[in-house]
Amino acid sequence: MKGLTRVLCGLAVLCLSGPVVAEGTEYRVAVIRVDAPGPMPISRADLPPRDLGFAGADLGTADNSTTGAFVGQTFVTEDIVVSPETAEAELQRVLDSGVTYIVTLADAAMTVKLADLAGDRALVFNALATDDVLRGKDCRANLLHVAPSDAMLTDALAQYLALKRWDNVVMIEGSHAEDMALAASYRRSAEKFGLTIVEERVYVDTGGARRTDTGHVQVQKQMPVFTQELPDHDVIVAADHAGVFAAWLPYHTWDARPVAGSAGLVPESWSGVFEAWGATQFQTRFEKAAGRYARSEDLQAWMALRVIGEAAMRTKGGDFKTMHDFILSDAFDLAAFKGQKLTFRDWDGQLRQPILLVAGNVVASVSPQDEYLHQVSQLDTLGIDRPETECQK
Amino acid sequence: MRRTPAFLTTAALLCLAAGPALADKIFVSNEKGNTVTVLDAATLEVIHTIEGLQRPRGITASPDGKHIYVCASDDNLVRVFDSGTYEELPSLPSGPDPELFVLHPSGNPLFIANEDDNIVTVVDVNTRQVLAEVPVGVEPEGMGVSPDGKIVVNTSETTNMAHLIDTTTFEIVANVLVDSRPRFAEYTPDGHLLFVTAEIGGTVSVIDTATNEVVKKLTFEVQGVLPEALQPVGLRVSADGAKAYVALGPANRVAVIDVASLEITDYLLVGQRVWQLGFSPDGKFLYTTNGNSNDISVIDTESDTVTVSVPVGEQPWGVVAVKTTQE
Repeated sequence: MKGLTRVLCGLAVLCLSGPVVAEGTEYRVAVIRVDAPGPMPISRADLPPRDLGFAGADLGTADNSTTGAFVGQTFVTEDIVVSPETAEAELQRVLDSGVTYIVTLADAAMTVKLADLAGDRALVFNALATDDVLRGKDCRANLLHVAPSDAMLTDALAQYLALKRWDNVVMIEGSHAEDMALAASYRRSAEKFGLTIVEERVYVDTGGARRTDTGHVQVQKQMPVFTQELPDHDVIVAADHAGVFAAWLPYHTWDARPVAGSAGLVPESWSGVFEAWGATQFQTRFEKAAGRYARSEDLQAWMALRVIGEAAMRTKGGDFKTMHDFILSDAFDLAAFKGQKLTFRDWDGQLRQPILLVAGNVVASVSPQDEYLHQVSQLDTLGIDRPETECQK
Repeated sequence: MRRTPAFLTTAALLCLAAGPALADKIFVSNEKGNTVTVLDAATLEVIHTIEGLQRPRGITASPDGKHIYVCASDDNLVRVFDSGTYEELPSLPSGPDPELFVLHPSGNPLFIANEDDNIVTVVDVNTRQVLAEVPVGVEPEGMGVSPDGKIVVNTSETTNMAHLIDTTTFEIVANVLVDSRPRFAEYTPDGHLLFVTAEIGGTVSVIDTATNEVVKKLTFEVQGVLPEALQPVGLRVSADGAKAYVALGPANRVAVIDVASLEITDYLLVGQRVWQLGFSPDGKFLYTTNGNSNDISVIDTESDTVTVSVPVGEQPWGVVAVKTTQE
């Protein structure tokens, strides 16, 4: 509703001022978050805030507006929460109203559906789905990914484990499709960086409530047994995209070994505790506006808006085609508090970016690690590189 | 180990040349150490440490060298010190999270970039009153002033512009788009050119102040250094306007620019994550703060050679050198 009001205000101003604003350019963006029903997270600290993603997009819009004010550019963003059933109808509505930039916070299947519906009428920014398939065989010419891919996240962790010489890895994966996709990504990363997965175990999700008054009592008996009799290993990597069990692994394993992946040392695009490279400035502005710490989804939505704002500024108010071509060109780069310029991979539309390795309340490291070099960009040591891509858009 | 003989040689040479140079002092703000290190410019020995600042970053001096101003970012204040006695003087209001500032050539007022609030705060250093708050782009950072004092320039890191502000009306008179994350702005002594560094963009924009157009973008290349590590941050132009020096951050180099031709003539290897630069009062030396190696490097500006590196506090950020009367 808030978003809708803002659009109306924007239109009203346009109507009132008529030809006077003709020299300025207005950029209209819709941020569509598809909320699918799902189980609660293990920890109440991980409950999703109501404005997840939107708060980041709103800050991006505010930043774009401050900048745009110097050159007569305005930015109007509509925040829309939909269900899987209403997502397509809502997208159709905003497309019909002339919005040409769409930011999606949806799962992989829905993201493709929405991108296909947008077709050549809009540029779509995926700010949530990490699935490699979206950058591979399901890639789309009008779909750009500001969220990192699973391959980038798992490579980021694998580089660090290899650097630490924690070469022998036990992988525990969930039983959901997205867990298996994540586990496949860890297998690929292990091979790429010379780690050995000495054993894999599957933690079957049997359903049921995750939080009960005595949750830890049962877990304390189950997890040690589940991790008993493993071969010699340095670290346990959890592939638990669904968030069913990984949070219960640290301190409950049979052997005293660190946990990484979906719990413990976690690869993330952002964390509310990150402070390097001017990040504190982003955090402070975000917290002042949203009243909470920023999450990865927020930074990703902010980046999507900033890509649009940056392209608008550099193309001096360019139209849709000019903007689209510029964003995908070598001339485009984005500064996003990650210590170096971020650019899009032309083979799959993925935004190159460093990945934070977050350990609780601190960022333990940031990948790519200095020791891993690349002939084009060190950031391409993370994720699917040009020769490996399955994208044929 | 290589450091000691070089240090001794320089110290010895400087001692021989001594005289008035003995009174020069170097002040270095240490962002993580929460201190300001004071060095004798002649001996390069640490002679004092000012403690108790919260995250000191930008540092500058009054034209007479008597007062040292420090942006204490987490104190949300500009702290002021007597350069001779190190006595703390009344602080100046700065607005929230001050990072960098520039003093009007006359010594008053002070123009402060407030990163969190998208404003430049103008403060009278005598009355300690805020004279104006100028709205600028997102994340204001670098501050420069034209030699005639008529224009103050602010760079905004997320808006990616240099905002030119009239110092009498406090109105923005021009906005110049530069590359990503502009960090620092400095005029040539004749006021004809304005240099703006862009950390993430990896360039230095050279702006003709007659037209406010970017006439050249300098790019950097160092063999064996990753292109993404070439991140221009601090920049200083020599008093005669012949040369400009650019700190290249994680590339651990200072680039030397011939201002007449706008060509890069040399890259000097200094300490790790070189951040800001400051000349000695006579211009014979340039000091660099090296954030990750916790030292400053000394560049002989006649030969453009790095003569010595001297340990200071933790994560040195800014540097200013002044002539001070002997106690």
